Amino acid sequence: MLTFLSQRLLQIIPTLILVSMLIFGLQQLLPGDPALIMAGEERDPKVLEEIREQYRLNEPIPIQYFYWIKGVLAGNLGESMRLKASVSSLVAEKLPVTLQLAAMALVVALGIGIPAGIISAVKKDTAWDYGANVFALWGLSTPNFWLGILMIFLFSVTLGWLPASGYVRLGEDWRASLATTVMPAFVLGNAIAAVLMRHTRSAMLQAMSADYVRTARAKGLYEKRVVLKHALRNAMTPVITLGALEFGTLLSGAVLTEQIFTIPGFGKLIVDSVFNRDYAVVQGVVLVTATTYIVLNLLADVAYVLVNPRLRG
Amino acid sequence: MGLALSGAAAQSNLRIGLAEDPDVLDPTLARTYVGRIVFASICDKLFDIDEKLNVVPQLATAHETSADGKTVTIKLRPGVKFHDGETFDAAAAKYSLDRHLNMKGSFRRPELASVTSIDVVDPATIKLNLKEPFSPLLAQLTDRAGMMVSPKAAEAAGDKFGLKPVCAGPYKFVERVQQDRIIVEKFADYWNKDQVFIDKITYLPITDSTVRLANLRSGSLDMIERVLATDIKTVRDNPKLKLVTAVELGYQGLTINLSNGPKADTPLAKDARVRQAFELSIDRDALNQVVFNGEFVVGNQWINPTNPYYQQAFPVPKRDIAKAKALLKEAGVTGRMSLDFMVPNNPETRQVAEVLQSMVAETGFDLKIRVTEFATSLKQSESGEYQLYLIGWSGRSDPDGNSYIFQVCGQPQNNSGYCDKDVDAWHNEARIKSDPAERKKIYEKVAAKYLPEGSIKYLYHRRVLVALSDKVDGYKQMPDGLIRVVGVKLK
Repeated sequence: MLTFLSQRLLQIIPTLILVSMLIFGLQQLLPGDPALIMAGEERDPKVLEEIREQYRLNEPIPIQYFYWIKGVLAGNLGESMRLKASVSSLVAEKLPVTLQLAAMALVVALGIGIPAGIISAVKKDTAWDYGANVFALWGLSTPNFWLGILMIFLFSVTLGWLPASGYVRLGEDWRASLATTVMPAFVLGNAIAAVLMRHTRSAMLQAMSADYVRTARAKGLYEKRVVLKHALRNAMTPVITLGALEFGTLLSGAVLTEQIFTIPGFGKLIVDSVFNRDYAVVQGVVLVTATTYIVLNLLADVAYVLVNPRLRG
Repeated sequence: MGLALSGAAAQSNLRIGLAEDPDVLDPTLARTYVGRIVFASICDKLFDIDEKLNVVPQLATAHETSADGKTVTIKLRPGVKFHDGETFDAAAAKYSLDRHLNMKGSFRRPELASVTSIDVVDPATIKLNLKEPFSPLLAQLTDRAGMMVSPKAAEAAGDKFGLKPVCAGPYKFVERVQQDRIIVEKFADYWNKDQVFIDKITYLPITDSTVRLANLRSGSLDMIERVLATDIKTVRDNPKLKLVTAVELGYQGLTINLSNGPKADTPLAKDARVRQAFELSIDRDALNQVVFNGEFVVGNQWINPTNPYYQQAFPVPKRDIAKAKALLKEAGVTGRMSLDFMVPNNPETRQVAEVLQSMVAETGFDLKIRVTEFATSLKQSESGEYQLYLIGWSGRSDPDGNSYIFQVCGQPQNNSGYCDKDVDAWHNEARIKSDPAERKKIYEKVAAKYLPEGSIKYLYHRRVLVALSDKVDGYKQMPDGLIRVVGVKLK
């Protein structure tokens, strides 16, 4: 197990280096001059030159990369040109927000998708099944921004139940925090719920026609028990894997959702930073996201190996 | 618990929705319009403007310009404290101005470029020494260049001052969560505290204008800035909302590339008659009706028609296709003229571009609209990669701030490469004169030359649109569009 772990850890290093180069290189391809954006309306040539010098924008790209990566290795992700705040502090401020949103969205997705899938499989070819399928189709084809604006109009403007936007930290006031995140979490979880529903349905249908389910029924077990204990348990394995994979969709989907609901998370940070050509922030955020993916991947691999020792080879 | 709750409820909180997240809150390093809205509550300036664009004292009480125009003596308001309890005096004023002039990366330096040094005359008086007379200087001191910071706090924080600004405004900075909120609280020792009625202000940046308005309608916000012109009806139809407006100080216009790189090789750039023909093909009123429901103000100059410096001798020209075609013929232009038209990407500018495209097509101009992301379009305008560029300017209270850097040879924002000795001389003359009537005469000469043959075709002036809930009382809109909170009450 140790050899496996050390091998995988060693593989991460070149991946991260490659990722960091890609982030840096791709960003340099963006048209537009960060110094020009930074200088705002008062674009005095002397001030522009000073900005370029201060942020090493005059240097060749490999040199800029060298300074950046040197800082990163020392634990310094750089400083936002626009806000004069350290990128690490911005990341530390925003990451919990997006994670909260993603976790809530996952709850929404699992809470709606799996029961809907089970019902639709058990009640196949009934109104329940058709209803669930229509819901899934709707969930898959509804754009986030449209659903978001629609919900704001219904629940905030018309009914006045929920705040239209903004964010309150969980630790500050948990009720207000839930009130500000429930709509974005629903919007974000909605599409994933649809995917999960479809997969749960087909996995359940497969499981329900399996021999062990027939045996369970033959033994005279209650239908509820057959469905929930025997069929569902086996059907869930691929669904849970899919749920984990969809976590990535959550993080990227958060970009638009955070923009609509003005949730100050990773998504909003990255969009604003790209428009302002605040390179250090974009680099920092993408690097942290990539690292998170890589680490999650590693954890998943480790989990597989723990479950199935034959994979250690 | 009950007491604490009632105490919290008693504290009035004005929630203002901003169209963007401000940049750094340091008056020396800040550069966004939205940042100025926040500064209006935390950082007082030496001077301010009134509804008619007159310069009025704020932290100063009076000023005097010497006969040769080379020194400006400013009397300072007594009894003013900074948020950290430090006293505002001549030494502090000198410190703030020196900081604007000397700090690395200062955006105020070009604005104060005419100032060579600052003397402390006595604790309540400073003297600004100038290279040469510069009449727009006082107007500069009504904005960030005139904002005073606490020397002690600024010295301690260095370039991180903007993370926790300490000034002498009616509200003191409490907290900021980037892209989420900025909270300021009433400053108990404010010099004009009898006029400050609200305990706390929360600024919330909400970029989507539809969502910003939804927040106001649902009562989550009390006030929003930059309402879309197309949403004016929604606001007016809602009995719980009020709309206040002012015509913007700046302008929206078309910049024509006259001599910046190979793309300038067009009859439009080479012949002023072609530019006149182009202008005569445009119906500004129709443009305003179609895109903005007639809510904006059409214009043909770098200042709007309500500005005291507007030249009545040059009214907005009417559309005249026959004359335009005749001018083109005179200039020897035959066939359709294809032009690369760069348009920054937002729904409003795209519509303006399309309307213009169809208007000028009748005369023979074929505009190829190229929608370009804003940051990219700035870069391309610098390097001359355009023939026509739809771009505006947020505006300054002095007309010089709207014209000099665009119209004078080699100026930083003169990306079209317009250059004329007479126009340069007149602009420089207007900078020296301080009598408004005299200056207006000089600008008339500029208008006579620049409007027909210059590089910018001014189209219209937006309205600064601020919508507020009927709970907000006593709000007055100033022409610079900023939200001033002194005197505002919350019912």
